[in-house]
Amino acid sequence: MQKVAIVGASLAGLAAARALRGQSFTGEIIAIGAERHHPYDRPPLSKDFLTGACTVDDLALSDDEDLGIDWRLGTAATRLDPRRRSIHLADGQEIQVDGVIVATGARARRPAHADGLAGVHTLRTLDDALTLRDELRTTGRLVVIGAGFIGAEVASSARSLGWDVTVVEGLPTPLAGPLGPEMGALCAQLHADHGVRLKTGTPVSALLGSDRIEAVELADGVRLPADLVVAGIGAIPNVEWLDGSGLTVDGGVVTDAAGATGLPTVVATGDCAVSFSPFAGRAVRSEHWTHALDHPATAVATLLGATAPDTGKAPYFWSDQYGVRLQFAGHREPGDTVRIVEGDPEQRSFLAVYERGGHPVAVLGMNQPRLFTRWRRQLRAVPQEA
Amino acid sequence: MLQPVCPLSSIAPGEAYRWETDPPVAIFHTEDGEVFAIDDTCTHQDASLADGWLEGCEVECPLHASKFDLRTGRVDGPPAKKPVRTHRVEVTDGMVHVALSEGAQS
Ligand SMILES: Cc1cc2nc3c(=O)[nH]c(=O)nc-3n(C[C@H](O)[C@H](O)[C@H](O)COP(=O)(O)OP(=O)(O)OC[C@H]3O[C@@H](n4cnc5c(N)ncnc54)[C@H](O)[C@@H]3O)c2cc1C
Ligand code: FES
Repeated sequence: MQKVAIVGASLAGLAAARALRGQSFTGEIIAIGAERHHPYDRPPLSKDFLTGACTVDDLALSDDEDLGIDWRLGTAATRLDPRRRSIHLADGQEIQVDGVIVATGARARRPAHADGLAGVHTLRTLDDALTLRDELRTTGRLVVIGAGFIGAEVASSARSLGWDVTVVEGLPTPLAGPLGPEMGALCAQLHADHGVRLKTGTPVSALLGSDRIEAVELADGVRLPADLVVAGIGAIPNVEWLDGSGLTVDGGVVTDAAGATGLPTVVATGDCAVSFSPFAGRAVRSEHWTHALDHPATAVATLLGATAPDTGKAPYFWSDQYGVRLQFAGHREPGDTVRIVEGDPEQRSFLAVYERGGHPVAVLGMNQPRLFTRWRRQLRAVPQEA
Repeated sequence: MLQPVCPLSSIAPGEAYRWETDPPVAIFHTEDGEVFAIDDTCTHQDASLADGWLEGCEVECPLHASKFDLRTGRVDGPPAKKPVRTHRVEVTDGMVHVALSEGAQS
């Protein structure tokens, strides 16, 4: 293998480039990125970057390390042609390569009926964050649609800047998917602690306004006046460019645990991939920073024909909101029991352990980094029945 | 100047001790019985590295998983970009002594 293309120049793409060099690949690396920016860190976009506590320079993911990469930024890949072993770019170029690492991540889902209405935002990219940060320079009424992690973080950041914030969530309990209803409800109390209104169980039915957003209408008829709307309603994998490539796409590029696709010269990793997870016991699309950091090394080993290292580490993510540090590791399924083993939710500091058949399968920490890390390292995938 | 910090027996192998000096210093006792001291505060945000995940001669930050080499202070990858300072350690008569490095904290 002489020439490898990495498609998607963000965390997973950069981690793949570092892994290629780390695994002694001396050939050519071409990194194709739709954004004009060099790889940068997304998590601060909803947190310190919005409040102004960190700058564009702070977001850079690497300090001019020389990986010998041929960067092709600001141009998207439009097609993967496995027969000609080539990638077509939006600017008309066709690049022939021996191996491809698909790391095109995901994009923010747009709310329905938002077209043509100013003041309605989603947050995924640095450019999104720059626009939103500008809008947040004044103050007014913000309605956040979706009480997931990104929605909650944006609400927290805007609140600290003096905005009047309402969060609306269609589900009865925020974060019930990843954290379960009990812990989701506990975490959702943080909004009220900081004077942010949370309205659950009623979906948004319309966004009202002529040129600019004026109000958000809920299915029960309630109208929430809004000067600004941010929707945090999930992400869609960037995989349309793979149509016709022969790769299996089912809510993301389908791979095995090691990133292998149906084509021996193509691997996929990061937010765009649906990969078998020993912790979930099935293929999942992990949308966590540490997955996009660690998994590319495994995918690169697969591409280079080496045995992929398996760290056996449990999936892990964090969220920072209202000055509180949430950390979650492992995988929760409906039916798992959860109990608080340390601290006190009322004090906004506790550790909760999820169990299945008496085995710990996941752990949630609120402001408990030390204890959380201890539990996190104990987590092992529950052996699956064959 | 070497300063006494704590008895080695108070740090189990695989564990760390946070020494509340200014800036705080993390002292690690590895599974192999070696002892290292580095600045406790992660160079990315304000995590305490003594709370981190010690593996061999490396500690993983408890928040965002950058790994620091205890021998050199080097960071392996994002999100932290700067190394931590390392400090000289001597264990005499079962007591851990640390000589703080000169120079600015990164
Ligand atoms: C606001 C925000 C806050 C977050 N906070 C946290 C957090 O606190 N904790 C946590 O664990 N995770 C967090 N995440 C998730 C984390 O950032 C992602 O898991 C991570 O960025 C995934 O990396 P990736 O490289 O796989 O994909 P992405 O970061 O999505 O990058 C994919 C890149 O590929 C490019 N691309 C797409 N299509 C093409 C194409 N056809 N051709 C070329 N390039 C293409 C995209 O433009 C993009 O630059 C957050 C995400 C966001 C948006
Ligand atoms: S605080 Fe240590 S890596 Fe972020």
